[in-house]
Amino acid sequence: MKALSQKRRHPLAAIALLLMGLLVTGGLYAVATTMNQAKASTTNFTEHDTEEGGKLFAANCATCHGMGASGTQDGPSLVGVGAASVDFQVGTGRMPMQMNGPQAQEKPVQFNEEQTRQLAAYVASLGPGPSIPEAGLLDEKGNAAEGGELFRVNCAMCHNAAAAGGALTRGKYAPPLAGVSGQHIYEAMATGPQNMPVFNDANISPEGKRDIITYLKQIETNGSPGGADLGALGPVAEGLFVWIAGLGVIIAFTIWLTSRTS
Amino acid sequence: MSAASRAEAPAYVAKTKVGRITDFVDERVGGSGILREFGRKVFPDHWSFMFGEVALYSFVILLLSGTFLTFFFDPSMAETHYDGSFTGLQNVEMSVAYSSSLDISFDVRGGLFMRQVHHWAALLFVASIAVHMLRVFFTGAFRKPRELNWVVGGVLLILAMAAGFTGYSLPDDLLSGNGLRIIDGVIKSIPVIGTYISFFLFGGEFPGTVIIGRLYMLHILLVPALILLMIVLHLFMVVVHKHTQYPGPGRNDGNVVGYPLGPVYAAKAGGFFFIVFGVIALMAAFFTINPIWNYGPYDPSPVSAGTQPDWYIGFVDGALRLMPGVIGDFHFEYVIFGYVLTLNVLLPALVPAGILFTVMFMYPWIERWITKDNREHHVLDRPRNAPTRTAIGMAGFTWYCVMWAAAGSDLIATHFNVSLNDVTYWLRALFFIGPVLAFIVTKRVALALQRKDREIALHGRETGRIVRLPHGEFIEVHAPLDDYKRYKLVGFESPAPLPAVPNEHGIVTRKEKRRAALSKLFFEDRVAPATPGELEAAHGHHGEHEAVETAEEQRSLTH
Repeated sequence: MKALSQKRRHPLAAIALLLMGLLVTGGLYAVATTMNQAKASTTNFTEHDTEEGGKLFAANCATCHGMGASGTQDGPSLVGVGAASVDFQVGTGRMPMQMNGPQAQEKPVQFNEEQTRQLAAYVASLGPGPSIPEAGLLDEKGNAAEGGELFRVNCAMCHNAAAAGGALTRGKYAPPLAGVSGQHIYEAMATGPQNMPVFNDANISPEGKRDIITYLKQIETNGSPGGADLGALGPVAEGLFVWIAGLGVIIAFTIWLTSRTS
Repeated sequence: MSAASRAEAPAYVAKTKVGRITDFVDERVGGSGILREFGRKVFPDHWSFMFGEVALYSFVILLLSGTFLTFFFDPSMAETHYDGSFTGLQNVEMSVAYSSSLDISFDVRGGLFMRQVHHWAALLFVASIAVHMLRVFFTGAFRKPRELNWVVGGVLLILAMAAGFTGYSLPDDLLSGNGLRIIDGVIKSIPVIGTYISFFLFGGEFPGTVIIGRLYMLHILLVPALILLMIVLHLFMVVVHKHTQYPGPGRNDGNVVGYPLGPVYAAKAGGFFFIVFGVIALMAAFFTINPIWNYGPYDPSPVSAGTQPDWYIGFVDGALRLMPGVIGDFHFEYVIFGYVLTLNVLLPALVPAGILFTVMFMYPWIERWITKDNREHHVLDRPRNAPTRTAIGMAGFTWYCVMWAAAGSDLIATHFNVSLNDVTYWLRALFFIGPVLAFIVTKRVALALQRKDREIALHGRETGRIVRLPHGEFIEVHAPLDDYKRYKLVGFESPAPLPAVPNEHGIVTRKEKRRAALSKLFFEDRVAPATPGELEAAHGHHGEHEAVETAEEQRSLTH
């Protein structure tokens, strides 16, 4: 200790301190980020899956994403995006992408479940990334009320409080969430597809994600207690309805009432 | 009935008990006299005259359903944890107001239905007022002697909007809170006094703990009382002025052609109340309105996509959405002596609505000044016969609709798969160009319709029958109109522009010159109704056709 205190005014002391600080923060950051992301590729993909996935990738995806998924001008590198990302993008039909545009459109799914799994296995083998969620997180048995609160705070500004979807800038949009499987919802939160931000496990814990899925599935299955929901779009749909249907019917009645005088 | 006459006449005794009771009451309140007066009031019949009635009936329904809601609603902003039957919000922290709104929706028998009746009726109330005002404007029913009633109607529209907005904010859900926050922002953008007003209104910084209770008092006490007062004034003036009528044979500014109120119209009007009630009840039964359970309790941090006000406030929200924050390097926000003046909120929130209502209120006087028309008008104009007024109305209507559409810009973008930015750019352009286009197009359409009317009045209706004359010429046979139909086409005024006139000092003032210029704009392009002379001349021309027809008929007989 004495040696240390004697050398504390050494010209290199500040640099040593700085280095130590950087090392500590860097190390902690690395630990923290791996805590969130790197528990990937633990899903039981076989060697065979990865191999077949590689072939599928080369045939269907490499045009844009490059050989070895290293990325080209037309598509980003997929190293480290994880199996969850592939399962979402390919599983909802967004990839392979039909054409460039503000964002990838949902369309009929191009690969079957087996092929999607193989592609996911291949991409997961390239580097650690979010994995496909376990079934226990998708059982829709979480706390719907808490899921609702999380949804309103984190998701409703784009997806609408009733998950009916909403507009973003320049032709981009947040899609409606009715009919989306729990697995895809989870993966979307974990990977942040298109313009969506990533909600990693530090933002919303896996249990929180489970609650959100529970909430979304609950409002989907419960339906609308007050009758037809008019798209759950809020006051615009209601106003349109009262002007067209409400006043329309009333006008029909006024014409009927005055068609014969007395 | 005087005391003397009663003493002379043998006392009338009704035969039945009910009759005697009725007579007793009548002698004391004079009901039969009132009934005689009102029962004989004549009302012209036309479907477009019934929107005021729709508004009145919606208001009655609002009072009834609103009273039911007050039995269960608690306007407190105290914090509580939800413990009702809706599982989606179980144990969520919220205000008592929101919790009691949820209870009305899920735990009070018939509560959700009544809430929906109340809300649909509110939307229909304002919508029918709006349509009623459009009808009054486009038919010129606001002219002397009804200018003041037009103003009362305008006040009613503003009060209806106020009633709607205060009600919209009561459930204290996310949607209503977002709406209140926008209002708070607008209030705070008012220079100097804005922040003070906001603090007085909310009892401190937004959202505070008093606003729901205050809005509740306004919503159930002050605003409905003012609306009732204005309705009484409005109807009183309708009785005094008598009802307007569309032009037709035998109708002029000195009479009202129609049927008396009693008994048929009274029955019809009573029945119409139940029709309106029925339509609202069906909407409430089958269509959700304001599903507050979707929005969750109010929390200042989240703002849901698709957050809009109810339709009648939509145009203000739309104007706010259209306003650019900066244009190139030009900013709309200034710091003056350390105070922020934010024109990009203040301008769109207050200026368009201000212009709209100012012009609306002043229009009867503007037109009177331009036309120098000080006569009473009880016969309405067909919109085409007042082309410039109709064009002005359509310009204003278009302007309103552009702002209205802007309030739904995000939904236009998602549902028509277009870019939100493009929607905004187009609507910004239409905000300025739309009214001008609407003015030009409407005026031309009105003039074209007038020309068509004139053509029909002079030459009759085209029958589509082509006849070949003996010398080989083909003509289309026109059927002459009957006198009733022709009257409708020729019985209107088409004033000529009034040139500037010097005043008593022999000076043509600048104001008078402006008036003359406006008069020129109003009446320069006009289609005069066919005169009797022209009709006579045209009729002579028709004689030829009729001769052809008889000749043709004879020919077909001989075949």
